[in-house]
Amino acid sequence: MSRGETEHTDFSATPMTEASHSRQKIARAFLGIATALLLLPLFAIIGLLVTHGMSAITAEFLLEAPTAGMTAGGIYPAIIGTLWLIGVSLAVAAPIGIMAGIYLNEYAPENWVTRMINLAIVNLAGVPSIVHALFGVGAFVLFLGLGTSILSASLTLAVMTLPVIIASTKEALASVPVAFRHASWTLGASRWQTIWHIVLPNSVSGILTGVILQVSRAAGETAPIMFTGAAFYLPFLPQSVQDQCMALSMHLFTVSTQVPNVPEAFPYATALVLLTLVVTFNFFSIGLRTYLRARRKW
Amino acid sequence: MANQASIETRDVRLWYGEFQALKGIDLDVSRGRITGLIGPSGCGKTTLLRCFNRINERYDYVRTEGSLIIDGHNIYAPDVDLIELRKRVGMVFQRPNPLPISIRDNVLYGYRLHTPKAERSRGAEDEALESALKSVQLWDILKDRLGDRATRLQLEQQQKLCIARLLPLKPSIILMDEPCSALDPDATAKVEELIRQIAGEFTILIVTHNMAQARRVSDECVFMLIGEIVEHGRTEDLFIAPKDQRTADYIEGRFG
Ligand SMILES: Nc1ncnc2c1ncn2[C@@H]1O[C@H](COP(=O)(O)OP(=O)(O)OP(=O)(O)O)[C@@H](O)[C@H]1O
Ligand SMILES: [Mg+2]
Repeated sequence: MSRGETEHTDFSATPMTEASHSRQKIARAFLGIATALLLLPLFAIIGLLVTHGMSAITAEFLLEAPTAGMTAGGIYPAIIGTLWLIGVSLAVAAPIGIMAGIYLNEYAPENWVTRMINLAIVNLAGVPSIVHALFGVGAFVLFLGLGTSILSASLTLAVMTLPVIIASTKEALASVPVAFRHASWTLGASRWQTIWHIVLPNSVSGILTGVILQVSRAAGETAPIMFTGAAFYLPFLPQSVQDQCMALSMHLFTVSTQVPNVPEAFPYATALVLLTLVVTFNFFSIGLRTYLRARRKW
Repeated sequence: MANQASIETRDVRLWYGEFQALKGIDLDVSRGRITGLIGPSGCGKTTLLRCFNRINERYDYVRTEGSLIIDGHNIYAPDVDLIELRKRVGMVFQRPNPLPISIRDNVLYGYRLHTPKAERSRGAEDEALESALKSVQLWDILKDRLGDRATRLQLEQQQKLCIARLLPLKPSIILMDEPCSALDPDATAKVEELIRQIAGEFTILIVTHNMAQARRVSDECVFMLIGEIVEHGRTEDLFIAPKDQRTADYIEGRFG
């Protein structure tokens, strides 16, 4: 082909455009494969849990306490315990986290103190959960004298989830266009009125999504609750936040590694229940987000 | 008070951190008239405009000095309440920025903020809404869809709505920062017409890059250059017989 640059007057592909097309195809293939690889373990896990654990899921398993050294009975106290833990930790972490996020995004002056706080939050989000567990023992169980209790465990979970709740709140608020704030301020609204009437209604979906994702994270953690309030075996239900409780994540750890002669299906079934709980939360969060997004206004 | 200037500034200086954006502004803005603010990009028009409702202060690093008197009161005095100030000094932005709520709620947003709960009634709100929308010629077009999102309107209507929502507050001054620069020529003409129409009731200060618009719309005109006022006079004088060579150069398009 002796087609010179100047002779190429139609719009057909040149060797150079051909090359861009093939590079684009390769890139696309790799990105697609990566996505597929990501889904593979997810389906493998679900498949494994369902095939191995489904047979053990019965009304008795879901609604009764473990018996016979946890080799029989069910996981009801652990389900209820997990609900207590995430309920109490949510009640603490959500309001504090959201308020702190609002302060940092809407009020905090641009200075080194604010930058330090933001840096601390980012770093706190990366602290391993076992470190939070030790902190929880030191701060809540011992120093505040709350003992091993739902309260101590929930506070530990709250401390663990706070940084991400703050960060996602800030992000949701920052996504509200600044032009809306200007409009509101120049009409004589105070900062708070602007936040309340304009900023929050337009960021609530992002804020709630962040909160709910942290709830499901809290539901799955073992280390932070192990030394602070989750019991190995406690066949009755907690009456108050001062009691200890069983928890699904802890129970899973126990029946998989700590006690002999557990039916093979029990750990899988426990994991399946935990996963279902987490997935339910996440679906709820996605649904809420979609609903609130649809009502969104710009 | 009637023939006193609406805004009087004396030696207003403003810094963004180390950078001085206004270098001693002395300006008397006539009451009830339209004053155009022209000058090349970056000369400080927006900055000056934003001194009058103190919205510059949202940046911590802004420092303002000098005296700025609106309706006889120094607006930088310690007892001045920003909420009261902004009620009296309305602002229209370059890009129309209706709030992401209904048309009705937009027009009544400021009104509700500033009317005690006890004095609010559906009837009073309806009246304020209708009269504000009538003033900007949107009533007939929008009266059957007042519940629609304001952010879905055409840009021209959005900008008119942004003017309408100031009216229930009965402001004494309306600041406009290039209010037509996001609009097409047709919409521009309509918004200009509206501005001319509501003039008289309010003191209007309008920043524009468009010489023709300044000539069409304003009664008086101020030419700024790098943080200073070069010339201020009646619009026809300033455009036909500028006193300063730099003004002449600018309006003839020799720079900026
Ligand atoms: N928030 C800010 N922080 C720092 N400097 C700023 C800020 N806003 C404006 N400036 C500077 O102040 C000067 C005046 O800006 P201003 O926006 O008032 O100009 P303008 O006349 O409105 O320009 P334009 O015609 O482009 O809108 C410019 O040099 C600009 O870079
Ligand atoms: Mg400007």
